[in-house]
Amino acid sequence: MKKLSALHLVLTLVVVGLGLTLVIGPKTRLVAAPPPPPSLINGAGATFPYPIYSKWFDEYHKLHPDIQINYQSIGSGGGIQQLKAGTVDFGASDMPLNDQLLGQFSFKVIHFPTVLGAVVPTYNIPGVNAELKFTPEALAGIYLGKITKWNDPALTGPNAGANLPGQDIVVVHRSDGSGTTFVWTDYLSKVSPDWKSSVGSNTSVRWPVGLGGKGNEGVAGLVKQTPNSIGYVELIYAIQNNQPYGRVRNSSGDFVKASLASVTAAAAGVAGQMEKDVRISITDAPGKEAYPICSFTYLLIPTRIADGAKRKVITDFLHWMLANGQTMVESLNYARLPKSVVAIERKSLGQIQ
Amino acid sequence: MASSASTFTPSPRPALTGRARVFLLRLRSGDEVAHLITLIFASAILLITVLLAFELYRNSALSREKFGWHFLTTRTWDPVFEDFGALPFIFGTVVTSAVGLLLAVPVGVGAAIFLAELAPPRISDALAFVIELLAAVPSVIYGLLAIFTLVPLLRTVVQPFLKEHLGFIPLFQGPNYGVGLLAAGLILAIMIVPFIVSISREVLMAVPVEQREAALALGATRWESTWKVVVPYARAGILGSVFLAMARALGETMAVTMVIGNDPKISSSLFAPGYSIAAVIANEFTEATSDLYIHALIELGLVLFILTIILNGLARLLILATRRKGTAHP
Repeated sequence: MKKLSALHLVLTLVVVGLGLTLVIGPKTRLVAAPPPPPSLINGAGATFPYPIYSKWFDEYHKLHPDIQINYQSIGSGGGIQQLKAGTVDFGASDMPLNDQLLGQFSFKVIHFPTVLGAVVPTYNIPGVNAELKFTPEALAGIYLGKITKWNDPALTGPNAGANLPGQDIVVVHRSDGSGTTFVWTDYLSKVSPDWKSSVGSNTSVRWPVGLGGKGNEGVAGLVKQTPNSIGYVELIYAIQNNQPYGRVRNSSGDFVKASLASVTAAAAGVAGQMEKDVRISITDAPGKEAYPICSFTYLLIPTRIADGAKRKVITDFLHWMLANGQTMVESLNYARLPKSVVAIERKSLGQIQ
Repeated sequence: MASSASTFTPSPRPALTGRARVFLLRLRSGDEVAHLITLIFASAILLITVLLAFELYRNSALSREKFGWHFLTTRTWDPVFEDFGALPFIFGTVVTSAVGLLLAVPVGVGAAIFLAELAPPRISDALAFVIELLAAVPSVIYGLLAIFTLVPLLRTVVQPFLKEHLGFIPLFQGPNYGVGLLAAGLILAIMIVPFIVSISREVLMAVPVEQREAALALGATRWESTWKVVVPYARAGILGSVFLAMARALGETMAVTMVIGNDPKISSSLFAPGYSIAAVIANEFTEATSDLYIHALIELGLVLFILTIILNGLARLLILATRRKGTAHP
């Protein structure tokens, strides 16, 4: 064993100390030299709108180089928690906050719908290439575990020519908590009283049947691999990955294929009811062209922002988002807000003080 | 100790009394400094463990108050109506880890015996390098391997085979999805084999050569000396490798959630989907909104923490028991 002498120790400490001052010293001075950006806004929340949010914040930074908006896509739940704790300036959620959740905040929060998303049923049945049509009763029945075979009358009825096999249906759902699941279960709750009373809607639910896949890619992967399976994924994911998906019957009785236009049409169908409260579910919306399984995603902004400079940046950004921002969303496959909703949001911007 | 010694002497510049003198000498030789620094580091580990347990306990208060001990025996996990129970997750965690260990231990120990005792040193070293490489592969890679290769293989070949020939056992009955408890157990086995091989090989190679020579001198064959002398001598170390592997299996998140089916049900069949504690926390924590829901997820973390402590404790007892039997340890 080598003896460690005090002299060695002191020498090492001195050398390390000198090294540290050399390395850190000049750097800290360099960092301190330019003034910090005058407006740094922090936000956190939903992952679904992250691609469009980061594009918006980036474009906005290019227009106003002195403004930087940071967004952490940690999930809606995390965003809500952080906003509640006051560690971020704004939150973002795929699910509107109910009154009970809002009651836990020490300040008032306004919801600003930003874009729309849709959820589509996707399936893999060997030998069936036709685009399937689903009735609300069929989807609820399958996910409740009451319709178990592909040749059930509820499925063969609207798909006369599809030659559906007598195989067991393998049901696939999301295993991770997600806005996608919220929209899907919110829709099933609306069209099936049975679903509403026994399962309900949330970012995760107690599934009566089925396998769980993590993320859109997990669900799509399981569906692709498992013969005779059905799952649900975000419209954007289906479009970007050329995943085939079925039509769903809307409240007017038409089988509608999800598209950016049919999703915006659904939002326009309920805009009249949004004057009072924007926290409205748009699943199963009225309108001939409306696709029934879609929803808004929201920014959550406190009504009272004490810092005047911050308040101005946030309201300016929201104005920009409602005008120029909306023109960018379709390039990323999000559906844009209908004009009527934009007008309502412009009005509620006045509440921020 | 040293500071109390200096308070005995009221003068501002105390003469060196016995204790202080020893302390100063030790300080100068570096012993005291080394002692202090290592002590701080060692206590930091304890501090982190205690803080972890405390935070898990504190942040699960709502769930503990509402569900009490029933949390451990309830089979429901319902985020909508806020009724939470841990049993299906405990079941899934224990079953997948058990399947993983059952498959990995014979393979891992066997491979280690070959590498340490029978293989030429060059091959042994080369293979040991590859095995350590395998241990460093991120678990998401194993998960992808499982999804794209293991699961289709299980669905089309292995599970139909098991169902046909061993279908009278409840373990191999029910619908065949590919994903499920068996798939999760298998991928865990693949992931923990490198740990068992790597450590067991080192332990076996550390057995003194005299032990082998003595056995051979008594007329034992090479295999007899390996199986009856070397392996028992290294038993504690091999068990240690198994328990390290078990700890990894219990806490594995990513690869498991990708193939377990993520359905909180308790089923007698290994083909059925299940759910593990680590997987449900990873899946649901980010989007959990209500306080009770979050607290229930954190209580699951506490349950996993305690489960790991209990199983590790049992492991220690097992090692102690084997030592008492009179077998030596390295």
